[in-house]
Amino acid sequence: MTVPPRLRRALVRMRRDIAFIAAGMTLHLLPLLLHFWVVMLLLGTVLDPDPDTPVVLAFTLPLLFVAGWGLTEPQRWRFRALCGVELPRLRFREIKRQFGYNLLIGPLLAVLEILLLALLLAAVAASLVLVWVWLVPSQWRRDHGGYAVPAGYLTAVGLPALAAVPPLAGGLVRLEILVGRAVLGVSRSDELARRVEDLTESRAGAVDAADAERRRIERDLHDGAQQRLVSLALNLGLAKATLTDLPPEAQQVIDAAHREAKDAIEELNNLVRGLHPAVLDELGLDAALSGLAARAPLPVRLRVDLPADLPADLPQRTAPAVEAVAYFVVSEALTNIAKHAREASRAEVTVTRLGEILRVVIADDGTGGADPSRGSGLRGLAQRVRSVDGTFRMSSPVGGPTMMSVELPCPM
Amino acid sequence: MIAEDSVLLRIGLVKVVEMAGFEVVAEAGDAQELLAAVGEHRPDLAVVDVRMPPGFTDEGVRAALSIRRDRPGTAVLMLSQYVEERYAADLLATNTSGVGYLLKQRVADVEEFIEALRRVASGGTALDPQVVAQLLVRRASDPLERLTARERDVLALMAEGRSNAGIAAQLVVSESAVAKHINNILAKLDLPKADADHRRVLAVLQFLGVGGQGASALAPGHHHPAP
Repeated sequence: MTVPPRLRRALVRMRRDIAFIAAGMTLHLLPLLLHFWVVMLLLGTVLDPDPDTPVVLAFTLPLLFVAGWGLTEPQRWRFRALCGVELPRLRFREIKRQFGYNLLIGPLLAVLEILLLALLLAAVAASLVLVWVWLVPSQWRRDHGGYAVPAGYLTAVGLPALAAVPPLAGGLVRLEILVGRAVLGVSRSDELARRVEDLTESRAGAVDAADAERRRIERDLHDGAQQRLVSLALNLGLAKATLTDLPPEAQQVIDAAHREAKDAIEELNNLVRGLHPAVLDELGLDAALSGLAARAPLPVRLRVDLPADLPADLPQRTAPAVEAVAYFVVSEALTNIAKHAREASRAEVTVTRLGEILRVVIADDGTGGADPSRGSGLRGLAQRVRSVDGTFRMSSPVGGPTMMSVELPCPM
Repeated sequence: MIAEDSVLLRIGLVKVVEMAGFEVVAEAGDAQELLAAVGEHRPDLAVVDVRMPPGFTDEGVRAALSIRRDRPGTAVLMLSQYVEERYAADLLATNTSGVGYLLKQRVADVEEFIEALRRVASGGTALDPQVVAQLLVRRASDPLERLTARERDVLALMAEGRSNAGIAAQLVVSESAVAKHINNILAKLDLPKADADHRRVLAVLQFLGVGGQGASALAPGHHHPAP
């Protein structure tokens, strides 16, 4: 027998709603019972003083307090696991809302939940009365002749009641979600603030991860390919120096290979140097920049005005992530100038730190006309600056000079 | 005495050093072995890789500094994939004689490298052109502006530690022309005239802010990043 899909969906939904309500009932009943106990005890002290009552109260009230706070987490689980509603984790200082939900609203909801579950049970019992009446000893049936008519009425009442349960359950679940969100949820601005916090954290993690990855690549190339290439060039150099009696053709081949190997080293060095030089971690930004400036194919004047290089564990040193971005900015800008700045005869790199702002200015005397919106190099540069909340400005009027100015926040 | 963690390269280095007429008394794969071997064999010259186990940062520099401190007679030639003026400054801070700091790839130009080896072993200086370029980048102002382009070239070669003959060969000019340039440079920069090569190197390096009582020379051991 196949169940029609609509019915199956309704049944699945109903099962979920009932599970949610039943779980809610158990959680909401607990404070209700505690309330009841406390009220009874208080009434007891008024009506019939008992020396033990204060002791029991002293035990019960903390229990109430613990319930008011400790039930929040099970409630969150119930909302998440049984109906897919994510409520935020509440901190202890939002205790008032938690008490309100668990100790005041919860018991009220418990009443509704009990009513609904009772309706369900009663409706099931009533609509199936003609079935289970046969389980009753036959003597009873003989004594109550004509029971079939009331049983028929019962069934007639039970079936519509049973049909009313799913929409009612659905309504109750929606009500619970509304109430839960209103009381245990967060306001829109709180949620946004929390989201920003999360995003800031995860973005910093992503930036750090990318830096770590660059370090790893740098290290792997240094320990692998670069050593091999140097070794290759060295062997070719040895061959050139020792095999002097070779025919000139062979000499030329060795010569060319030697040159190629040296060029490859140079090229790879320049590439890796732009990634994340080891000296950046060891000695900081100032020390790392002179290497960049010296490698540029045009004269560069470098002025760095930072608090003296300090050990990495002291707070005065700029954060590694910011240093990495500043280094990348200078590296990329000098590459750009070498590639695109026509007529540029010199460049100037100035790095200064003023309070909590690290300012990097790169200027060249080329003919200008650079456009940050064109060219992926400048776009990537701007993106990486933004990744640490920096600002990127560029002025490049036609005729020059071009000036790029980057400001990076580096909180103390 | 050779310290280099890459076995491939160590074999090649040994060949080149032996070609230069030196005898290799010990080889080391990390800074600890290097220091132990220097203590044991008292070599005249140590060729040291900068990045070595365990941390692969600046172990070689630190080892070189401690060799220079404990055994000032030992010449040290540092090799590195990238040269950093800051390390050069550390290395030259106390004394510029018998110090070398070159890019690793210079080993491939065997004759030139052998020449640098001999220069360092005999108490001279061998600085990589790239180190000098980095030093000049920082000093791109003041009296240097008064030098002609040719004089700047000569100054850079002087800073590398080359002799007049070496500079002349490099620039393809006569030695007397080089001597004239050098006199002009010393006059323009207010540097003392000195006959001995390495005294002259010292003066130039001091002018560039490293060596001797150099202004930016940092106290050794000021930076020890966590591994």
